[in-house]
Amino acid sequence: MALFKAPLEDIKYLTNEFIDTSKLSDVPAFSDMTPDLTDAIYDEAANITANLLFPLNRTGDEQGCTLIDGAVTTPDGFKEAYKEMTSGGWGSFTCDPEFGGQGLPHYIANSVDEMVVSGNISFSIYMGLTIGAYNAIHKFGTEELKQQYLPNMVSGKWSGTMCLTEPQCGTDLGLIRSNAIPQEDESYQISGSKIFISAGEHDLTENIIHLVLARTPGAPEGIKGISLFLVPKINLNKDGSLGSDNNVVCSGIEHKMGIKASATCAMEFENSTGYLIGDLNKGMKAMFVMMNSARIHVGIQGLALAHASYSSAADYAKERLQGRSLTGTKQPDKPADSLIVHPDIRRMLMTMKSYTEGSRALSTWLSLQLDISHHASDKHVRKEADELVSLLTPVLKAFLTDIGEEVTSLGIQVYGGHGYIRENGVEQYLRDARICQLYEGANGIQALDLVGRKLPAHLGRSLRHFFHPVSNFIEKNQSNPELAPFVVPLAKSFGRLQNATLFIAQKGLSNPDEAGAASTDFLRLMGLVAMAYMWAQMVEQAHAKTGNMTETFYNNKIKTGMFFMQKVLPQTSSLLSTIMAGSTSLMALDADQF
Amino acid sequence: MKIENVAVIGAGVMGSGIAAQIANAGKKVLLLDIVPEGASNKNIIAQSAIQKLLKVKPAALMHKRNAKLITAGNLEENLNDLADVDWIIEVIVERLDIKQSLYKKIDAVRKPGSIVSSNTSTLPLADLTAGLSKEFSQDFLITHFFNPPRYMRLLEVVQGPNTRQDAVDSIADFCDLELGKGIVNCNDTPGFIANRIGAYWMQTAMLETLRLGLTVDEADAICGRPMGIPKTGVFGLMDLVGIDLMPHILASMVHSLPKSDAFHEQAVMPDVVTNMIKAGYTGRKGKGGFYRLNKSSGKKIKESVNLTTGDYATSQKARLKSLKPTIAKDLRKLVNFDDKGGHFAWSVLAKTLTYSASLIPEIGNNIEAIDRAMKLGYNWKYGPFELIDKLGVDWFVEKLDADNITIPPLLASAKGKSFYRFKDNQRQCLNLNGEYETLLRGDGVILLEDIKRNQEPVKRNASASLWDIGDGVLCLEFHSKMNSIDPDILTMVGTAIKIIPNNYKALVLYNEAENYSVGANIGLALFAANVAAWPQIEGMVKSGQDTYKALKHAPFPVVGAPSGMALGGGCESLLHCDAIQAHAESYIGLVEVGVGLIPGWGGSKEMLTRWMTNKKRPQGPMPAISKAFELISTATVSTSAAEAKGHLFMAATDGITMNRERLLFDAKTKALELSKDYQKPEAAEISLPGATARTALNLAVTSFVQSGKATKYDGVIADQLALILSGDDTDIAELHSEDDLLTLERKAFMALIKQNSTLDRVQHMLETGKPLRN
Repeated sequence: MALFKAPLEDIKYLTNEFIDTSKLSDVPAFSDMTPDLTDAIYDEAANITANLLFPLNRTGDEQGCTLIDGAVTTPDGFKEAYKEMTSGGWGSFTCDPEFGGQGLPHYIANSVDEMVVSGNISFSIYMGLTIGAYNAIHKFGTEELKQQYLPNMVSGKWSGTMCLTEPQCGTDLGLIRSNAIPQEDESYQISGSKIFISAGEHDLTENIIHLVLARTPGAPEGIKGISLFLVPKINLNKDGSLGSDNNVVCSGIEHKMGIKASATCAMEFENSTGYLIGDLNKGMKAMFVMMNSARIHVGIQGLALAHASYSSAADYAKERLQGRSLTGTKQPDKPADSLIVHPDIRRMLMTMKSYTEGSRALSTWLSLQLDISHHASDKHVRKEADELVSLLTPVLKAFLTDIGEEVTSLGIQVYGGHGYIRENGVEQYLRDARICQLYEGANGIQALDLVGRKLPAHLGRSLRHFFHPVSNFIEKNQSNPELAPFVVPLAKSFGRLQNATLFIAQKGLSNPDEAGAASTDFLRLMGLVAMAYMWAQMVEQAHAKTGNMTETFYNNKIKTGMFFMQKVLPQTSSLLSTIMAGSTSLMALDADQF
Repeated sequence: MKIENVAVIGAGVMGSGIAAQIANAGKKVLLLDIVPEGASNKNIIAQSAIQKLLKVKPAALMHKRNAKLITAGNLEENLNDLADVDWIIEVIVERLDIKQSLYKKIDAVRKPGSIVSSNTSTLPLADLTAGLSKEFSQDFLITHFFNPPRYMRLLEVVQGPNTRQDAVDSIADFCDLELGKGIVNCNDTPGFIANRIGAYWMQTAMLETLRLGLTVDEADAICGRPMGIPKTGVFGLMDLVGIDLMPHILASMVHSLPKSDAFHEQAVMPDVVTNMIKAGYTGRKGKGGFYRLNKSSGKKIKESVNLTTGDYATSQKARLKSLKPTIAKDLRKLVNFDDKGGHFAWSVLAKTLTYSASLIPEIGNNIEAIDRAMKLGYNWKYGPFELIDKLGVDWFVEKLDADNITIPPLLASAKGKSFYRFKDNQRQCLNLNGEYETLLRGDGVILLEDIKRNQEPVKRNASASLWDIGDGVLCLEFHSKMNSIDPDILTMVGTAIKIIPNNYKALVLYNEAENYSVGANIGLALFAANVAAWPQIEGMVKSGQDTYKALKHAPFPVVGAPSGMALGGGCESLLHCDAIQAHAESYIGLVEVGVGLIPGWGGSKEMLTRWMTNKKRPQGPMPAISKAFELISTATVSTSAAEAKGHLFMAATDGITMNRERLLFDAKTKALELSKDYQKPEAAEISLPGATARTALNLAVTSFVQSGKATKYDGVIADQLALILSGDDTDIAELHSEDDLLTLERKAFMALIKQNSTLDRVQHMLETGKPLRN
């Protein structure tokens, strides 16, 4: 059976020792983020996930959502769990205290998030979308709208959605057809069809606040003519109480490969009342502002499912007896040795473990950078962090969700045939993980964003905030013999990344297809180097032994890090080769030869 | 006749500007004006004009000392001095009676055979000479300069029926060779060539803007770059020359042109413009014009006038569909485009081009001369007939027909042809008999443009080419973006060094872009620095150093021939040449500190060595070191070739060519001279004082930093420069080779390129074109 085992030790280590929060030390709101407090939050999050959410994971997957007469019913137990989670404040960590939130930093909220997602990703989506909508309204909404809507969204009484996709447009939002007709009272009448709307309709809350991209009459063509509107499922009366129905109808729910307990809805808006969020025709700007945190969140989903699969597989490999060790019997009292004696099982488990822990370090560190970009007192520090986050967000999103798929697939492999049947629960992780590579910008789009937008911006200035610290780290540690097994591979892969970057910068200028052809490989190369940088720093700390973790924990880090350097990082070599091979062989065939 | 002494009468803006350019040619010039009533200093007008010349921007004088060649005088006391003068230029008020009375006085004192010319732009030569002596009219012509005389290359020359041809030839030669002008011979008709067409074009564009309801920003965006016209367009140009001048020009044209001339249709001054002039909005010299800078909010906000209301509002970038690059870059598509921008483009071009064609043979019988006048006088990239060729004569005629516009006979006669063509590698132009005549360059003119048409390059890559310019001389042409020096250019220098010894005699570095080179391609370096690719960057520095060093020590002479800007790495290429033959308008400097760096391709080394080995330098190394330090640390750019000599960017023996078209010929001549018994230069060795010098240099900078004249980071850069120039860790007993100095350059360069402040400067320069002061 799949089991839930929260990575509490690792999360506490990363929060308390690994990341350097000194740039936030003068932020008053974060002044009481002591290890005592954060450890308590993590312990309770692990507890509630294990006891409340994880038990609903399998049943929710089996039962799914149902749509009857426009009403969506979530799986059994979801309603009660939702009530308990929201009343406990688990959904509003990063929200503004002015509206009832807790004002906690992302690096803590995201660590909690990882646990919640690995316990039950479908459930987490209902809460996560509300935060996405909250962020847009909080940043761009009028004061009046904020006062009307945010308190109930923060408390979980109402939920939120993001309505972007339409049947004819997914990635290319310039094709949006939904329209918004201005009314005399400055509201708009929104009409149109939206699809793939997560949590578009459900029975968890009394009202649902939709954020809808639509086009006003006479707006410029394409992406520059899109505006963002707040459209409630149920209109509010003047006193804030629920009023008339707003003609927002769920016309269908999708039958999907995974995240079956999350309602993916087709929505129809017909002359529904909406309110402009942000400036007219600047809807995409509002979207882009939220993109960093939303995409980091999806990256963490990849990590969370990787962890869920890894902890189940590790447990299974220790329990399951099958065959004898190649070097002689290890468990003579048993009919066979446990799976974990076999090198190939080790290969899979170590790959899963080193990816998962590397991903966790990377996401915690990047979440901290997100907090610094919002809250640091020095504006240059904020700007640098913002550029660093912008650069690495597509990397984190795509690389960690690719890892999510690879690791959950390996998890099945460790189980053998028993992983393929539903009974053991690990096949669900792969099905659930698959969506993360697709939504919130497919991973190919992330790669294009990286090479097409982030890399050339200001002639590579964003790169500086990543490359210079890595270069300095290598320089600082290159003569340390203890770290040599880590720094030397890091330096080699870093050199490959430098060469690939300069290659793309030069080639991509004259032929954008070259940059496009290299993009996915380049993103992974960068992800691997970033992860190697995380591992090298963790090993540096483990050797220093100045922290409060156990010796076993630090030794574990050193050994796992060694595996990563020796068995995972060499991928960078083949990635560089494929990048340098250019686009010719990709583009050689005419379309009709396919 | 050889012109040695010149007099200019009339010390206004034009007169003093013409005097300055004559002084720039190294000639003595007498500048006379009237004595103001009751003036105690009778020379006051000319004297203050000379003082103004020293301050005016852009500079009229190529070197401040040229002012000494101009002698101020007055028409009461100094009239007799005209007896010693070869050429007298009259640049006084445009009044026939006053001019004629002056001519009579001049005629009484001038020496026989001296030449007199007027800079008039409105009075016919026939009227000017009416009633004057036969000798006077034989020696008289019109020389019409354009403002500012140093920079505008057009000189319109008008001769009368009596004018001696040899007088005309003497002036034309002098103005071509010594003043660098492009001479266009004109008939004695109103406005001559450039202003006749130019004024018509400006009026047409203004009236069509109003008729079609474009904003001034939209009009200038269309009637600018897409037509090969400077981006000031038409309204920006009127602001520049003075809007109040327009009614005068119109009045003069209306007065002198026959009623049948199409000019009259366009000679209307719209009320909105008349009111602007009344209110003092006369252009840049006044409160503003069609554009103005509003500083009321503390920031400079560019505003444009609304031609309907006369009110100003913040300028809005023109956003017409016809301005999309796919349209605007194709003249045919532009004039065919169905929006107001396209209609405007067509209307202005149809009128201006047919008007131009209708003026032949009235204003001149040479098509090419008319095109040249518009190019040199209005900075158009294409003359009217070249524009017609771009549209295609037949295509143009057909479209005119469709609009019921009368086709001028010249245009009709060109049907089925083009005005220009290339035949047997010769550029040919249609004459009035409908036959093609080959256009020949004058003696002493070689243009790469012609050579490139007639032969294949000896070698070529993406950024540079080698051309055989005859007599065993190769020309290395840069053609990268902005002629920035990149690895391809360095490779081509290496190629030249390899192939010349066995096949050729000498090398000339020369190109025909607006600027010789704006410096190294720092975009590449910035990207590499952002990804911390330090070894690659050091490699780029080293390869530039090695290449330039090899150029310097190559076994054949190398002549650098810059025109326009030669900055940074471009300047460094010149510093490694055996000799320079520079266009007078060369702006040379080591500006690396502007991007937070120091000259690292041997520029620091060369400047130091030049000042240290300068025979005129005072005793001790410090004055020389300080001079090199000052020039580099303040990013000094010489404002002319003459000034570059003072900075030792050029040597005293280097040559200066006044006329841009003659530069390559002069450079080639110099290279061939040097190739006789060529000895390659000895590698210099110098001794440097070390740490004490570095301290002394830093001390000077500290005071600038403290007083706010330099930023703290300027101090950091200056210290790295001081490290090189002091010789770093050394003492005076040690000798420094070129390689030692190059090593120091690399060390300093690498220290700076790793700094965020340097990278911010580089990025800012690349993104805005302006230096960042951080």
